[in-house]
Amino acid sequence: MLGLLRKIRRTGRVAEPAPPSPVVDRSAVAAELGGSVQIRHVDAGSCNGCEVEIGSAFGPVYDAERYGARLVASPRHADALVVTGPVTRNMAEPLRRTYEAVPGPKLVVAVGDCARNCGVFAGAYGVAGAVRDVVPVDVEIAGCPPRPEAIVEGLRKLTGR
Amino acid sequence: MSALGIVGGVVQPVLIVAGSPLLVGVMRQVRARLEGRAGPGVGQPWRDLRKLFGKERISPRGTSEVFRVAPLVLVATTLVVAVVTPFVTTDSAVDPVADLFAVVALLALGAVTLALAGLDTGTAFGGMGSSREMTILALVEPTLLVSIFALSVRVGSTNLGAIVSATLHDPVRVISPVSLLAAVALIIVIVAETGRLPVDNPSTHLELTMVHEAMVLEYAGPDLALVELASAMRMSVFLGLLANLFLPWGIASTATPIALLVGVLALIIKVGLLGVLLAAGEVFLAKLRLFRVPELLAGSFLLSLLAVAASFFLA
Amino acid sequence: MSLVAVGLGGALAAGVLTALAAVVVPRRVRSAVAGTGTVVTGGAGVMAGVGAMTGSSLSVALPGLLPLSGVSLTLDALGGLFVAVTGGVAVAAGVYGISYTRSHGLDARGVQVVFPLFVVAMLLVPAAASVGTFLVCWELMALFSLLLVVAEHRHRPEVAQAGRWYAVMTHLGFVAVLIGLLVFVAHAADDSFPALREAGRHLSPGAAGLVFVVTLAGFASKAGILPLHAWLPRAHPEAPSHVSALMSAAMVNPGVYGLVRVGFDLLGGGTLWWWLLVLALGAVSAVYGILQAAMSTDLKRLLGQSTTENMGLVLVGVGAAGVFATSGNRVLAGVALAAALLHVINHAAFKTLLFLAAGSVLHGTGARDLDALGGLRAGMPQTTAAFGLGALAASALPPGTAFVSEWLLLQALIHGLPAPGATGGTAAAIAMPLAVAAVALTAGLAVATFVKAFGVGFLAKPRSAAAGNAHESPPAMLVGMGLAGVACVVLALLPTLVLPAVGTVSGVALGVGDPAVSGAVTVRLAGVAGALSPLMLTLALLAAVVLVVGAVRVVAARRARRAARLWDCGGGPMSARMEYTATSFAEPLQRVFDDVVRPEQDVDVTHHEESRYLVQAVEYRRKVPDRVERRLYEPVLAAVAAWGRAGRRLATGSVHRYLGYGFYTLCAVLILVAVTR
Ligand code: SF4
Repeated sequence: MLGLLRKIRRTGRVAEPAPPSPVVDRSAVAAELGGSVQIRHVDAGSCNGCEVEIGSAFGPVYDAERYGARLVASPRHADALVVTGPVTRNMAEPLRRTYEAVPGPKLVVAVGDCARNCGVFAGAYGVAGAVRDVVPVDVEIAGCPPRPEAIVEGLRKLTGR
Repeated sequence: MSALGIVGGVVQPVLIVAGSPLLVGVMRQVRARLEGRAGPGVGQPWRDLRKLFGKERISPRGTSEVFRVAPLVLVATTLVVAVVTPFVTTDSAVDPVADLFAVVALLALGAVTLALAGLDTGTAFGGMGSSREMTILALVEPTLLVSIFALSVRVGSTNLGAIVSATLHDPVRVISPVSLLAAVALIIVIVAETGRLPVDNPSTHLELTMVHEAMVLEYAGPDLALVELASAMRMSVFLGLLANLFLPWGIASTATPIALLVGVLALIIKVGLLGVLLAAGEVFLAKLRLFRVPELLAGSFLLSLLAVAASFFLA
Repeated sequence: MSLVAVGLGGALAAGVLTALAAVVVPRRVRSAVAGTGTVVTGGAGVMAGVGAMTGSSLSVALPGLLPLSGVSLTLDALGGLFVAVTGGVAVAAGVYGISYTRSHGLDARGVQVVFPLFVVAMLLVPAAASVGTFLVCWELMALFSLLLVVAEHRHRPEVAQAGRWYAVMTHLGFVAVLIGLLVFVAHAADDSFPALREAGRHLSPGAAGLVFVVTLAGFASKAGILPLHAWLPRAHPEAPSHVSALMSAAMVNPGVYGLVRVGFDLLGGGTLWWWLLVLALGAVSAVYGILQAAMSTDLKRLLGQSTTENMGLVLVGVGAAGVFATSGNRVLAGVALAAALLHVINHAAFKTLLFLAAGSVLHGTGARDLDALGGLRAGMPQTTAAFGLGALAASALPPGTAFVSEWLLLQALIHGLPAPGATGGTAAAIAMPLAVAAVALTAGLAVATFVKAFGVGFLAKPRSAAAGNAHESPPAMLVGMGLAGVACVVLALLPTLVLPAVGTVSGVALGVGDPAVSGAVTVRLAGVAGALSPLMLTLALLAAVVLVVGAVRVVAARRARRAARLWDCGGGPMSARMEYTATSFAEPLQRVFDDVVRPEQDVDVTHHEESRYLVQAVEYRRKVPDRVERRLYEPVLAAVAAWGRAGRRLATGSVHRYLGYGFYTLCAVLILVAVTR
């Protein structure tokens, strides 16, 4: 326990200084959410590369939570869905249902090239389409996988902070 | 029903409702800082609540009135406790309810309604959460009541006002073995009741490890806001109870503005400090396996029993 | 004529007339006649009981009615309380029975004739004023209830088995009471209670202890106290539901009555160890009973096990009262006994409600296995409300009924810790915290049990077709439940209506004089700083709910409520098989108390023929047997069976052998006579 305490003292703050806010004008929905966005993450068929980056966006270094975003365990608690990967046939219906389960007002963020336009999986047998083809998308974050900074930037557009 | 009691009955609930989300904010911020993060700021829980109140309500198909009423009852029970318990003033607004047993039972009633709501959804996770919550509740009860026994035995009453006043007038009591043992037992109980580490992890996303969270997976919008507000309030009520049972100093015993102001500040400082300590302690803990929790609770029960024994044999 | 005389006489007359009427009237109206008659009987009983509690009393002696001892009846305040409780339960059960018996094919003469007589016998037990009368009434009560328990033995084999258990155990209990009281009578002038009271003062401690312990065994077996409880969770659930209500809510009470009557009144209080024994038995029964109930998945069995729990709590109160009385603290003893007696009343109210509601479930679905129920709120809203109210009342949460009596009990226990350094206080100093812990654990487990029973049985989705097609019960059954429900609500909110009278009764029983409790809205205790107002608590709670609703109206956005499918992780719809069942709900508790309940489980895995790595079927069985039964009853039963087998070898059927036995016995007797003369 003392070791941990010492380590905490030695490490200090690891969160990088916040870059300037990317928000130019908040969308109506984002304004309604007022700086608090609960996020439910849906893996619609990704290679898990995007997940790793989302994980680090919420880790101590990028600390997306400081802008008011938080991952939650149920779509009922969520304001936004973060969808990764091309939507596979088996995940199309669950994704639609998850979207249904979120109470309005709600947002969808498509993270990664796959989510935007099926990326490297475009045209593959099991792919039903991009996220846009299944549920309405509000924010897209490009990259394969997108860098955590990009993810954080995308989320800040939702929280407006 | 004295003037002091009525003032307390108005000030306390306002303070608890307004302050509880901030307490949660402080605790999260402390945790975030210790983890090297920047943290979302202490106002974040209030931002969350404001947003949730603005969202759509959802009635999952197949749920009944029990599901819809549970958040209201949960908040109401905590509110009653906030009104009657001596947090800011030694007198209570409704003295015949300010009994330690009644207060504990009211808080349990809130937990029970939420457990019924969890069962009402008919989902596997809802049932799992309420089963676990009820198991913990059943095991916590003996410790809680025996600690109350230990505290009330020398006052000769379980009335909260009487216990607090007695401690105020006899400070030596606080450092007696009875008090210390009972305090440790109560702290463990409070950790279990408020669903903190190592009994339950409030920020888990893994359904299989959930206790409290699993019961509320179906709530959305204002209903969820009530549930979150109530759990924040329960936390501050429990911490306030702990603070004032053992360190009641600063509490207002007259109805003058100065005394009341001191009372309010003292409560904020005490509960805030306890919250910070709790949050800092959690950084060092991992969640216990569910089936190890009873061992922890049995340990706390032993401490409370020792406290009663001490009050007879050591006095 | 006093209220008591009219009431008791009326009850007797109404009961017997009803039984006679049930013989002659045609089947069409028999249920209605018997039910109405039972209601009148019960109502008259309530009148007599209330009259006796409020001061008037009655003594009748009918020397010629029974050979040898005659019949003598006296209804005093203590007996009045039990008579009133029985009468009240009979009213609700009587109304309920009108429809219940008709729809369950129980309107044959047998049940309808015996039912009112059973009520009469129960009403007479607390009114008996001599050992002879007491024992006769006691035995009649047992016989009539036995006949009612086995009413459905043709339909279900378990009923016959339950009946056998009940018959044997209740008669063993009877024998214990008989022996105890006869030993007592041997020291007295005659068998009347006043004579016994007089003799009780001069009895040697050894004899008094013997009388107490032996009668305690008999009374404890009637109240379902450990380790003599084994019959209760068998017999109570197997009886028709309105009879279950009478048995579980009323017929266990004579056990408590007998204990208080013999221990405090006739034997005059006794010594410390008696009451510590009672306290310990009560605490163990309370915890064990509720633990069994927490594991149980059979709705009616669960309620039966909870009766053991509640009687345990009552015995904790009685035992504590005895401990305080023998150590000279009579005021606190009054509080403890008042708590126990109030719990008797409360338990009668909520257990009646719960058993009637369970009967309604049985009526509407044909099932009582919680794992096959669920979702009853849709088909049976009134029954659901009734059971919910009963569950709240039974789980000792405010604003429930049992909360008041358990609060009183805890107050008595907490203030019972002797002052530090008091001589001889060590036993109490150890007993009281443990008793508080036992009561607390019981309360906690009761909450879990009733959340399970109500949440799994009535909420969520139906787990079987029968539960899905549940239909509400006919009006008479609903009225019966309604009456019990009103009693629960009144006792929960305004215990002050009955508490002063109960306090007086306990004062009289202990010879204190002063009532132990007072107050119009707030319960206040004599000699103890403690006050509680259930009414104000409830009002505060309601006010808070209204406030929260109003606040949410103001704060929350005005959006329409949207119905949505349950969150099933986006997969297909969840079936009822994915729900938590009663068994799974209790699983964590079962693990925690593994060492106490010792569940038996086995898992059979059938592998695929081709490969050990492929599983074809997994079979899982789990049973939570009654451990006391396993450890205590089975060896005894096995020994009896072994003796029987050994005895059979003596009787081979050969006439020569029997003649030989006769010859040798005669010779032995002759030798004995020759030697001893
Ligand atoms: S965008 Fe790239 S990293 Fe993300 S899921 Fe698609 S392939 Fe994987």
